[in-house]
Amino acid sequence: MSGHEQFAEDLALLALGSLQGDGRQTLEKHLQECASCRRELESLRGDLALLSLSTAGSKPPSRSRERLITAIAREPRRAASAPRRFWWTPVPWFAAAALALVVVFMARQNSALRQQIAAMQSDAATQQVELQRAHEIVSTLTASDALRVTLVAAKAPPQPQGKAIYVRDRSSLIFIASNMPAAPSQKAYELWLIPTSGAPIPAGVFKPDAHGSATVVNPPLPSGVEAKAFAITIEPEYGSTTPTMPIVMLGSGE
Amino acid sequence: MAELYDRYSAVVYSVSLRVLGDTGAAEDVLQEVFLQLWRNPDLFDASRGNLAPWLAVIARNRSIDVLRKRRPETDVEDVLVSVEPDMAGDADRAMAMTKVRTVLGDMPAAQRSALEMAYFEGLSHSEISAKTGEPLGTVKTRIRTGLLTLRKAFET
Repeated sequence: MSGHEQFAEDLALLALGSLQGDGRQTLEKHLQECASCRRELESLRGDLALLSLSTAGSKPPSRSRERLITAIAREPRRAASAPRRFWWTPVPWFAAAALALVVVFMARQNSALRQQIAAMQSDAATQQVELQRAHEIVSTLTASDALRVTLVAAKAPPQPQGKAIYVRDRSSLIFIASNMPAAPSQKAYELWLIPTSGAPIPAGVFKPDAHGSATVVNPPLPSGVEAKAFAITIEPEYGSTTPTMPIVMLGSGE
Repeated sequence: MAELYDRYSAVVYSVSLRVLGDTGAAEDVLQEVFLQLWRNPDLFDASRGNLAPWLAVIARNRSIDVLRKRRPETDVEDVLVSVEPDMAGDADRAMAMTKVRTVLGDMPAAQRSALEMAYFEGLSHSEISAKTGEPLGTVKTRIRTGLLTLRKAFET
């Protein structure tokens, strides 16, 4: 309002609805451009609302409530009596046809979505079964309490043995060792993937348990490497990037 | 709508009864205001304040129209009301009512009279001036100052 004091009293009269003539026209024109005076007008109406409260206390008779509810029930339709007219009001048949099309479209969409959901549920159930089986296999292979038995020719003394199962396309490797002597102090065994070309690739560090058993499951490997052989060396506890001779175990694919 | 009616009908009815002095006419205004709201709930812009003051102003304006036997002059969509105290709850309104009555009681009699004639009787400043014999400018000033006094009482 600051700077517009000339409108101050007329704003109060406008809020009361008693400003007429040129004064009203001038002020209404000014209000279109002046947010500050519009806010002041709203505040003056708020002041008038406060003044209304000085009368509060009279409750309408209960019949007024019933009368209102009856009148509302008699109203044909809220939208029909609303002051806003929509472009389709004069052509209700068109609106009905459009609505019917929307209903058909929505029904089709609904049916398609239901089919998609059913298919996804079926896939999820299959994947759940496969995941469970994979989990069981890995658990069995890696369980610390698993009984690991290496069968050798009768009367032959048990020998250190390692089995590597490698799937190149998935870069997936499982290695199971048995009858391994304990690694020297502050040393560990390291498994190497020997590719058909290039340097050996580290494929996991391990220490056998008290029974000489150890497993390495899916060590980080570059993808798609063709393996010529697997080897084991003795390395520092945290492994090496290049093998330290000698090779203590070696095996090539059949 | 029934819930809104139960909460705010007394506000609408009281102000209409004060303006019109007739229970039947006040009931008609009450009915008209709530039917209008039911027919077009978008009339009230909830972002600009709560419903009670808006209904009070709408009810007063419509009652003055009825008193003067004229068609509604103001488009209710254009009536925006901004007020400081929250009047949504019964307790809030009761506290505000007590405060308003106290402020009005403390006002100079001439100022309070000018305010009430303008608001509840719908008299223009010219009509008040003619009725009281006071200059037009004095009447205008009293009305505005009276309203600002009410506002100030709720700002502290």
